Amino acid sequence: MTQSGRTFFLRPRDAIGIVILAVLLLVILPLALDNFRLQFVGKYLTYAFVALGLVLCWGYAGILSLGQGVFFGLGGYCMAMYLKLEASSVENTKIQSTPGIPDFMDWNQITSLPWFWEPFRSFGFTTLAVIVVPAIFAFIVGFAMFKRRVGGVYFAIITQALAAILTILIIGQQGYTGGINGITDLRTLHGWDIRTDSAKTVLYFVCVGLLLACILIAYFVKSSKLGRILVAMRDKEDRVRFSGYDVASFKVFVFCLAASLSAIGGAMFTLQVGFMSPSFVGIVPSIEMVIYTAVGGRLSILGAIYGTLLVNWAKTSFSESFPELWLFGLGGLFIAVVLLFPNGIAGLWQTYVAPRLGPLFSDKPKAAVRTAATPPASPSGPVAPAAAE
Amino acid sequence: MFSEYSLSELSSIFMMQGFAGLILFSVFLLMALGLAIIFGQMGVINMAHGEFMILGAYVTYFTSQLFLNYIPSLFSIYFFIAMILAFFAAGALGMAVEWLMIRRLYKRPLDTLLATWGLSLILQQFYRSVFGPREVGVELPSWMMGSLPVTEVVEVQINGLFVMGLTIAITVAVALLMYKSSWGKQVRAVVQNRVMAGAVGINTEKVDRYTFGLGCGIAGVAGSAFTMIGSTGPTSGQLYIVDTFLVVVFGGAQSLLGTIASAFTISQAQSTMEFFLSGSMAKVLTLLGVVIILMLRPQGLFVIKVRR
Amino acid sequence: MSSSDDNSMKFSSTRRKLLMGIAAMPAIPVLASSGLFSTPALAQAPATSAVNTTGLAVTDTEVTVGILHSVTGTMAISETGSVQAEKLAIEQINAMGGVLGRKIKYIQEDGASDWPTFAEKAKKLLVNDKVAAVMGCWTSASRKAVLPVFEQYNGMLYYPTFYEGLEQSKNVIYTGQEATQQILAGLDWVNKEKGGKSFYLIGSDYIWPRTSMKIARKHIEAKLGGKVSGEEYFPLGHTQFNSVINKIKLTKPDVIYAAVVGGSNVAFYKQLKAAGIDLSKQTLLTISVTEDEIDGIGGENFANAYSCMKYFQSLDNPNNKDFVAAFKKMWGEKTVIGDVTQAAYLGPWLWKMTVEKAGSFDIDKIAEASAGIEFTKAPEGYVKIHPNHHLWSKTRVGQAQLDGQFKVVFETPELIEPDPFPKGYQ
Repeated sequence: MTQSGRTFFLRPRDAIGIVILAVLLLVILPLALDNFRLQFVGKYLTYAFVALGLVLCWGYAGILSLGQGVFFGLGGYCMAMYLKLEASSVENTKIQSTPGIPDFMDWNQITSLPWFWEPFRSFGFTTLAVIVVPAIFAFIVGFAMFKRRVGGVYFAIITQALAAILTILIIGQQGYTGGINGITDLRTLHGWDIRTDSAKTVLYFVCVGLLLACILIAYFVKSSKLGRILVAMRDKEDRVRFSGYDVASFKVFVFCLAASLSAIGGAMFTLQVGFMSPSFVGIVPSIEMVIYTAVGGRLSILGAIYGTLLVNWAKTSFSESFPELWLFGLGGLFIAVVLLFPNGIAGLWQTYVAPRLGPLFSDKPKAAVRTAATPPASPSGPVAPAAAE
Repeated sequence: MFSEYSLSELSSIFMMQGFAGLILFSVFLLMALGLAIIFGQMGVINMAHGEFMILGAYVTYFTSQLFLNYIPSLFSIYFFIAMILAFFAAGALGMAVEWLMIRRLYKRPLDTLLATWGLSLILQQFYRSVFGPREVGVELPSWMMGSLPVTEVVEVQINGLFVMGLTIAITVAVALLMYKSSWGKQVRAVVQNRVMAGAVGINTEKVDRYTFGLGCGIAGVAGSAFTMIGSTGPTSGQLYIVDTFLVVVFGGAQSLLGTIASAFTISQAQSTMEFFLSGSMAKVLTLLGVVIILMLRPQGLFVIKVRR
Repeated sequence: MSSSDDNSMKFSSTRRKLLMGIAAMPAIPVLASSGLFSTPALAQAPATSAVNTTGLAVTDTEVTVGILHSVTGTMAISETGSVQAEKLAIEQINAMGGVLGRKIKYIQEDGASDWPTFAEKAKKLLVNDKVAAVMGCWTSASRKAVLPVFEQYNGMLYYPTFYEGLEQSKNVIYTGQEATQQILAGLDWVNKEKGGKSFYLIGSDYIWPRTSMKIARKHIEAKLGGKVSGEEYFPLGHTQFNSVINKIKLTKPDVIYAAVVGGSNVAFYKQLKAAGIDLSKQTLLTISVTEDEIDGIGGENFANAYSCMKYFQSLDNPNNKDFVAAFKKMWGEKTVIGDVTQAAYLGPWLWKMTVEKAGSFDIDKIAEASAGIEFTKAPEGYVKIHPNHHLWSKTRVGQAQLDGQFKVVFETPELIEPDPFPKGYQ
């Protein structure tokens, strides 16, 4: 497992951090917030899956993808297809000219269920598809590009174009996808009404549970040999290559992992919010998700979660009273994070707060030095050096 | 689909379609030129490029209002003055942005992307607060609208000709500036080896600032010209951004010739496909084609060797 | 107008303490006019406990409604007019004494042109603010996103846009036209008056244009015996139309039938004009250009085109004259009023009359009482709510003038029945 001789992949400090997050999400927030606000938190947490994936592939491996919305969307659409089929039972849709198919298909003169919808009648297949379909897509894209050593800026722009293509395609093929409206009016999961408040609370806890599991996976990857190779690659790709590692395969792997994580978030989003639409697939949401990661700290797994929560909370509360001011604020936040705090909240924490709390965390100073992933503390340091070279 | 048309009709269709492709080519090239300078020469990913274009469009709108209200006799030539003003307005904003923001980020190209995206949000909201959320209609001098009949069927759009002429003029000017002037030599020297360029006495900071300003200025002119064919609103700039980046990347970022070739290829592909397929599918296929070719040939069509 | 004064109800002193909206309410500018009626004494207003049995934000003096439109993002261009109209209507209603003796207070939320945000804000308005009704949404996608929220939490939405139909809900009143209302009469007119036999259909690529074109095609082919010589869709925000314009030139249709929206609209008409297609010779009928859009396109680029709507700013009737004057007084001389803006203006009025007929703010009672509500002071003339929650309305064809206004050239003699699930057009 880990090469450092430790049997457990979490450092004590990380374990404390995860426990604090778990307590916050599982105990404090459910107690402090009413149902209504808690459901918002649940929704924000689905974006945190994407931010988590971005920490791995952008922060550690230096691959900036501006198309994570594609994977979020694919996962969400897989889940939405399953739920839509369940909502479109023959009794529910008897006013249609072809009962038993989703309503938007009927409006588009489609008279039988398209072949690629058929497997989504099975919940098992859907669950598998949520994770596998985006991973396969990421594999195709990643394999083609990383094998040819496309990286940095070019990769970002190509993934951005992919997001644009998929959006146009989904909107254009509305008979099969629901078009710009997306797949709406989802009701039950296995006969369990997901629209009720109690169901939403249950889904919130499921979402938190999955997120914590994904965080553990991320820590495992980070502390494994793979994680170190990724960091090494980000800093000096050629040296890693000359040392005999197959750089491209590592990149493909982490990109696929990030895709799957995003897709889980997408599926949870669909379950909690009750619809999926192409507005998550496009360029704008994809870049916004990158920003959550940047605000939280692109090198910090937990930071990304807090960043996501913080930006979304600010977005919701500011836009309620000052919609115009909010856009200035959001734009300013982007610029400030990039110019002043390139390591985000986590960087501030590590520079200013953690040293003072040091003794409390009972972390041996030695361990902090040893971790390769600890970001350079100076804000001027090159943070994403995997530029076009 | 062609069986029902006579030979002469067919030939005129192809002429008109060819001309439509050329207009699209000019539009793409004009969009991409500014970015080719900023991204290609400086490595800055300027996501606010579209907003610089819209600044040019708003300047044009205000110039037209000014002429309409105060000097209506000269209205027919206001457009030229508007373009010059647009160049300087967008260029000045560009230089300010470079000074405040971009110059701190040259070592982190991916971060320029995030910061300029933030800038684009701020500019959009600024336009919305100042000019209102609605689109503005830019009135054009009457000589610029309409078309010249070539044959009975074939007509040539005057604004299309105007955009083509403008594109050629700006391309030639940029080429001369880049490859014939001493300033261009400095820019290229900085691109190829920043440290060495500094060592031989080139003021790299100044070169950067003016290069960025030039790129934004050209975006402003492009935006000014596009009031003839498109809309002017706070969010109109976003319509252009994906196309623009693909043209630049597809061409091979550092090469002016590459940008021209890629604008030509993409525009011809799109305009031909639009004729045979529906508009949405044509767009998807064009973008997909570009992405696939980029995957096969990531360096773009044309490359020059750069040492970093 | 219907009114129901429940004087028999005893004035109860029970006050429900309600969580009022947390958002600061912008001050409503007061109209200089003194109002038609003097403010009625509050004692006449029925007791809160009687008119509000479901815990809505209603006090003895105030009732809260929500306004939910995009103030930011790409749709702000279109939705601004709707917000303005709704605020005007609320202000006028308040000047007349409010609803059941209660002033309307509004909480405005920004949908930010983003469908999930619409759903989030709708939920906030219903669950948190407990608004009695919501005036809002513009695009179909935003309505689809909020619809489950309104059905789950039992809210009332007044939706102003002309839309594709295929929907009907207890919780929505559709104050714009559904597709068949808007389309069929216009096609009949162009067929009869302009001899239109062949049509070229062009639209933006999303559900409303596609559904509208589907209905148009069926009508053209089955009822008018014409033919469709081409059908094209472009991605939202597309700005290059020269290829399709060449195709139009080639096929020489009698009528270009357009449903292009947003920024694409501007590009399409500018390029059409530049390509030498003279709209005084080539008939063009559109279902997506109102006075609002002409502002961006430029009157000179759109002159002589025909637009098929239920309302034009130039309508010549006393209701409309008052409405246009009040609107300009509140929002400035230069603002224009399009079809959707007028439909948005109807929302608060229809709600007020329904509440007064039902004698209650309860959503269920309003949903039931809506059918048959008539609004004789509507700027478009006269409207009536159908049991399917759409409006009976007339359809008109306007010819665009250089100044950006329409000259009404045709008006259906009767109100057209709304038919969101048209037989034979699906």
